[in-house]
Amino acid sequence: MKIQVVYFAWVRERIGVPKETVETEALTVADLVAELVAREERYAAAFVDMSVVRVALDQALVALDTPLGETREIAFFPPMTGG
Amino acid sequence: MSVRVQETDFNVGEELAKLTSDRVDIGALVSFTGLVRDVTGDLEALELEHYPAMTQSALEKIEAEAIARWDLDASLIIHRYGRLEPGQQIMMVATASKHRKAAFESADFLMDFLKSRAPFWKKEHGLEGAEWVDAKEADEDALKRW
Repeated sequence: MKIQVVYFAWVRERIGVPKETVETEALTVADLVAELVAREERYAAAFVDMSVVRVALDQALVALDTPLGETREIAFFPPMTGG
Repeated sequence: MSVRVQETDFNVGEELAKLTSDRVDIGALVSFTGLVRDVTGDLEALELEHYPAMTQSALEKIEAEAIARWDLDASLIIHRYGRLEPGQQIMMVATASKHRKAAFESADFLMDFLKSRAPFWKKEHGLEGAEWVDAKEADEDALKRW
């Protein structure tokens, strides 16, 4: 399936693009991360420590083991610093 | 009850006046304003990035949770993004209720959740270069008290 992937803050800087469309057969968020990390070094650099990366599926925060299901957009970003 | 995500500045006095205009049932109005601080003297600007498709709904969800927990007559969240300089306003929350306890507590609640659950990221641009502001463990811990 095709999925829109968006990145923010230092995750975006390490990967080098704010968004991209990815073709994947990954079943979960963690599967997709593993797939990207295996593809290119810049993904490995961004996802080296997943404890400091947050994930949202269609704009809702989820855990790493969440199934991608019918997700249209997945976002990766550091812990938020609002306020 | 409203949420605004904007690049432009806001006027706290005008916003608070609007919240209570034509109302005689509000007894307590609490507001908090966050400012760009420069304690060491080497901050040139604070850059606020956000996730446009998610920000509005994330803030509305936080506001709805506050409305569900406290008896509020009015509430407001304004959060800016873009490049801000020291001394400038970043965001404000305001809560209005019959009594002060609900207004104080709900404003505190909104701030705790805005810190760690609103999709904003801050980058400090200083004389020595730029650096992303790390989230604090204490901010995440603060959510547990609610």
